Formats: sequence, structure tokens, C-alpha cells
Amino acid sequence: MLDLFKYQSIGAALKDALEEFSNEVCLIEADREREKERLTYREFKDSAQPLAKALQDAGFGVGDRASIIMTNQSKWLISAYAVFYGGGVLVPLDYKLTPDEQWQLLKHSGAKVLITEYPIWRQLSAAAGRSAAADVRTVLVTEAPANADLAGAQRWEEFRGSGEPNFVTRTRKDVACIVYSSGTGGRPKGCMMTHENYLEQCVALTSIYPFAPGVRYLSILPTNHAIDFMVGFFGPFICGAAVVHLRTLRPEYVREAFSKYKITYVSLVPLVLKNLQKGLQARFDKLPPGKRKVFNAIVAINKALTKSRPRLGLSRRLLKQVHEPFGGELRTIIVGGAFTEPQTLQFFYDLGIPVANGYGLTEAGTAITVNDLKPFRADTVGKPLPGMEVRIVNANAEGIGEVSVRSKTVMSGYLNEPELTAESIVDGWLMTGDLGRFDATGHLQLFGRKKNMIVTEEGKNIYPEDIEAVFESLPVKEFCVFAANYIWPQRSMIGEQLLLAVHLEPGQTYTEELRRDISMRNSKLLNYKRIHGVVLFGEDFPRTASLKIKRNVLAEQVGKLDRASAFLPL
Amino acid sequence: MRTLEQTTQEVLDLASKHFNVPPGSLAPEDDFFKKLGIDSLQTLEMLSRLENHFGIELPDYEVQGVSDFRTLASRIQSRL
Repeated sequence: MLDLFKYQSIGAALKDALEEFSNEVCLIEADREREKERLTYREFKDSAQPLAKALQDAGFGVGDRASIIMTNQSKWLISAYAVFYGGGVLVPLDYKLTPDEQWQLLKHSGAKVLITEYPIWRQLSAAAGRSAAADVRTVLVTEAPANADLAGAQRWEEFRGSGEPNFVTRTRKDVACIVYSSGTGGRPKGCMMTHENYLEQCVALTSIYPFAPGVRYLSILPTNHAIDFMVGFFGPFICGAAVVHLRTLRPEYVREAFSKYKITYVSLVPLVLKNLQKGLQARFDKLPPGKRKVFNAIVAINKALTKSRPRLGLSRRLLKQVHEPFGGELRTIIVGGAFTEPQTLQFFYDLGIPVANGYGLTEAGTAITVNDLKPFRADTVGKPLPGMEVRIVNANAEGIGEVSVRSKTVMSGYLNEPELTAESIVDGWLMTGDLGRFDATGHLQLFGRKKNMIVTEEGKNIYPEDIEAVFESLPVKEFCVFAANYIWPQRSMIGEQLLLAVHLEPGQTYTEELRRDISMRNSKLLNYKRIHGVVLFGEDFPRTASLKIKRNVLAEQVGKLDRASAFLPL
Repeated sequence: MRTLEQTTQEVLDLASKHFNVPPGSLAPEDDFFKKLGIDSLQTLEMLSRLENHFGIELPDYEVQGVSDFRTLASRIQSRL
């Protein structure tokens, strides 16, 4: 692994990594059962440099912003390196957003360059929002068919300059990426992440989960997500490890990839992990009673022998039939993006497959705490990573309060939002809005949220303000979307739901027609953004002088209603 | 060559069989996430079944944002 303390920027560290590990494999890309590409670090460099040169020739300069909207694939990482090489700022966007949402964030970020895939560009170029993002001057599309209408874009594969590009140095305090943690509605939250944020986070994470040549990371979480960017790109690259991309994320191909590519690490969201648990459980349930008894006994032995720490070699031998389908070399499943149920974590640990759960926020530079497995504690989100100062603010009698963090990994602020930044980072401490408590051994336990938002099991952060537009002109007096737990606090971060608080017109009743109208509008939202129910509130919503709803006051008032009877499922 | 109506009906039949719901209980305009109570992962499993049935490859991006049977069927139809 490179000594990251020596480096000022992501670009400089990656540049040296490409030389240091030039003969190692860095990328493998597969589509279904077909392997499409396998690149060494030298080949990666040979592919990225002409792109960096062409970008420079096109006027892309220091501090300019370039956005990537792509599924996980080798060209994502090659493009990102080319951007950093030229001193640019990367804006990784979620390919699952709608085209108009993507244009809105492109505009907000001030991106001059967009790098995307042809199928995504086909939808983006036809969307009305395109006219708003006038700053986007260069669009590069990958894998466009020979006779495709590129609608003003250029082919990524042909966008190559000749000669050596100029490597542009950056300092630790310069912005490396603008990462949107949320905000496709009125107020995008673009986290300005510095080079220092990434360098420090990488040092902290690799101290617990080391990468090295020969280690293979299966990249499934979207690379625009802070976790995959770190453990599916920067972390493995500065250690000479390999990243495996799958162009089709069907469960059968993901399963096959584990054994085919002898995967060492993978990151999953809780939803996928639970699905994996379900599949394994179903397999165990099918065992004949005698075999099942023996299997249970072996699991019990493994459990006893791994109580204080994981013993991978031993577990792999004891539970061969469980470990073999995972390729036999899996060290840890990293789970992130949302809270994971302790029962799921324990299930895997008992089988000798450690699951590294943790807690983090994009704003904090990914992970704040991680379960270090010494010993494994399914009921907590682990201990703070090296370099993280974590404290509990305004703790109640039980020691539960808001988790706040101070670290070199905390973002420099939200793009163009000084007020929001000042609310979130107070005297150098990032206020997370999550409620937690430290136990006697220094492990952090989480107890719900203070903030009005939810995180789905797929790891999606949903802010109520971002989905209200779909209910505009609903024939009621007024409405407001809330996280149900914001109104009726629960000590849980599982199964979080959104609700629509509705104030009907005088004399109006909640008819089936109105319910259907709400339901129909709801179905226009992506499935994970949908509200789960309606709450009728009989008074005028409290508002500010500028007539904005005072959400916190309204939440308190609605919270006085009995949840069981007030919540009307859709 | 199948018509879009035939393709849609085959999609509905296959989904009702795969998720064990009574034949005829699904309609083209139904939101499959809601009607079948499935998540994105289960949807991917359904897509694999559909690929096998129709003998096509349906890239993940083609079904991005699709949540009703009719649209799903039209995406399949365009690849037949």
C-alpha cells in the first residue's frame, strides 16, 4: 500500500499506484457469463491518459467539474482518473435518478463535462431539463451503437488526445468531488469532499480491512455512492488490488461471480444481505432432519470457536458447503448505506462469514464507526475509526443524544449552501441528526433519528421535501410529507416509512376518490420514494411569515395523534 | 412474431406463476412492486425468468424506472 500521508491529492496517489503495481490486474469486467475486459494497472493508465489529454485539449482545466453518470464499469474508473489527472473536480451522480433530476444536479454542480453511457444519454438528451444545464459543453458517451444519433455528444472511445497530458497538482484542502447525499427536490445537498477527506478515510479503513495485490473486490453498490468510491476504487487501487465489475446485477450472475473470481471483499446494502440470508436459510431448511442436526452442531462449534474473533480458515473447513459457493476466499462482507438488523449480522457471523457493519454519512467522508470484529458485536455499529472523534450531544438520562463527529474526513461544506453548512457543521463538529449512545466498551449503538428523513434498506436517503412536488395541486387545503419516525419517534432505524399529512378543506371528507388520487400520484414516484400512508390533521398548518410550513412545529402537533388510529395505509 | 398484447399476457402469466398469485389477478397497468409486494431484487429475479421465457437479453438499464407490466412488456417486445 502506498503511504498516503505523503500525498496531497487522489490524483497524485493514483498516478503513483499505476506505476507501482503496473503488472497487477486492476479491473475485471463481466457481462453475464462473459468476461468483457481485464486490465492491468499499466493498461488502465494507457487507456486513461489519452482521455485526460483530450479533456485538456477541449479546455477542461484545473477546478473544472466533470460529472459521471454510469453504471459500475471500468470506464467509470478510467474517466474518474482522467478527471483527477487534469486537476478537475468529479461530480459522481446516481444513474438511477430520473433524467430531469440528473439535469438539475448537473446544473447545480456547474459541471462542464458529462461522461455517461449511451442508454442513459438517450434518455437524458430527450429530457426537457437539458436546456437548464447550459454549462455542460462536452458530453462523452460510451458504447454507442455504430449508427446511433448522439444528440450532440461525442464517443468516449474516440475522444483521445495524442501526446502526454499535463498532470495538474492539487492540495489536500482542494475539493476533489461534489457528492450529492440527497436533494433532487428544491435544495440539492452537494457535499464538497476534499482530497484530504478521501486520503484520511482510506488510511483509516485500510487499517482495519487491508487490500493488497491479489485481493479482489466485487463492486456492486453504485460507484457514485461514497462507499463504493472508497472501497471499490480508491482503496483497492492504492494497494494494488483488483476490482470486479458486473454489468448485470441479477442474483444468479452475482452468485456466479463469487466463485468464478474468488472474491475477497464485497459491499452490499442490507436489502441484498437479507436476501442472501433468505436464500441460505431456505437451503438449510431443505436439509433432511439427520443432516440438519449435524449441520446445526457444526454451526454451534464454529460459533463457540469464533466467539472472540473470526477464524476464517477454520470456518471455511468446518462449513465448506456454505463457504464454497462464495468462492472460498471471501474475508468480509461490508454492509453499508443503511442500518442492518443485528439478527442478519449474527446469522452470517455464526456461519463464519464476518459482516463488517458500520455507520457513516457522505458528509463525514463515508464511515464513522466500523465493527472491528474484536469481538463481533451484532447489536452495535462498532467503534469509531482511527482519526474520528465522536461525541454524543444533549444526551438524555439514558445517555442517548445526537451523534456528532470531528475528523479530517468531514466535508468542507455543502455546495452553494453556507447556511445549511453552518447548521450542519458547528464549531468543527458535524451534527449527524442521528441518535446514539456509547456502551461501556466504546461501541456505538443507534436509536433512530432526530432529522426528518428516512434511509431505505437499499441505502437510499429520502428527504420528504424531495417528493412533495408529485402531490402539488392535490385537492385538499394543504399537505406535507413527513418521515413517520420524525412524528412518532421510534428507537429503530428499520422499516422507516413516509407519510402524507393532509388538512382537508372545511366540510371535505377523505373519500375513496381522494385516496385513489393520492395513490396514483404516489405510483409516479420511484418505488423506494413512495409514501406508505396518510394522516388527516384537522387544523391549519403552522407557517412562517413567508408562509413556509413550520415542519418541526407541525410534526409535534401531528405527533399528539395516536399513531395506530391516525395512520391510514394507502 | 408475437403482438404486444400477447407479450403482455405472457408477462402477466409468468409473473403470477413466479410469485404464486391467482392467474388473472394481475392487470397490465398494475404496479408490480405494489401489487406483488416485491422489492427491486425480486424484480431482477422475475426479469431473469422473462429472459429465459422470451429467449432475449434484457439489459438492466432497459428496465430502469419501469414499474408496470405494460411498460415492461413493451421493453421486451422491442427486443423480440
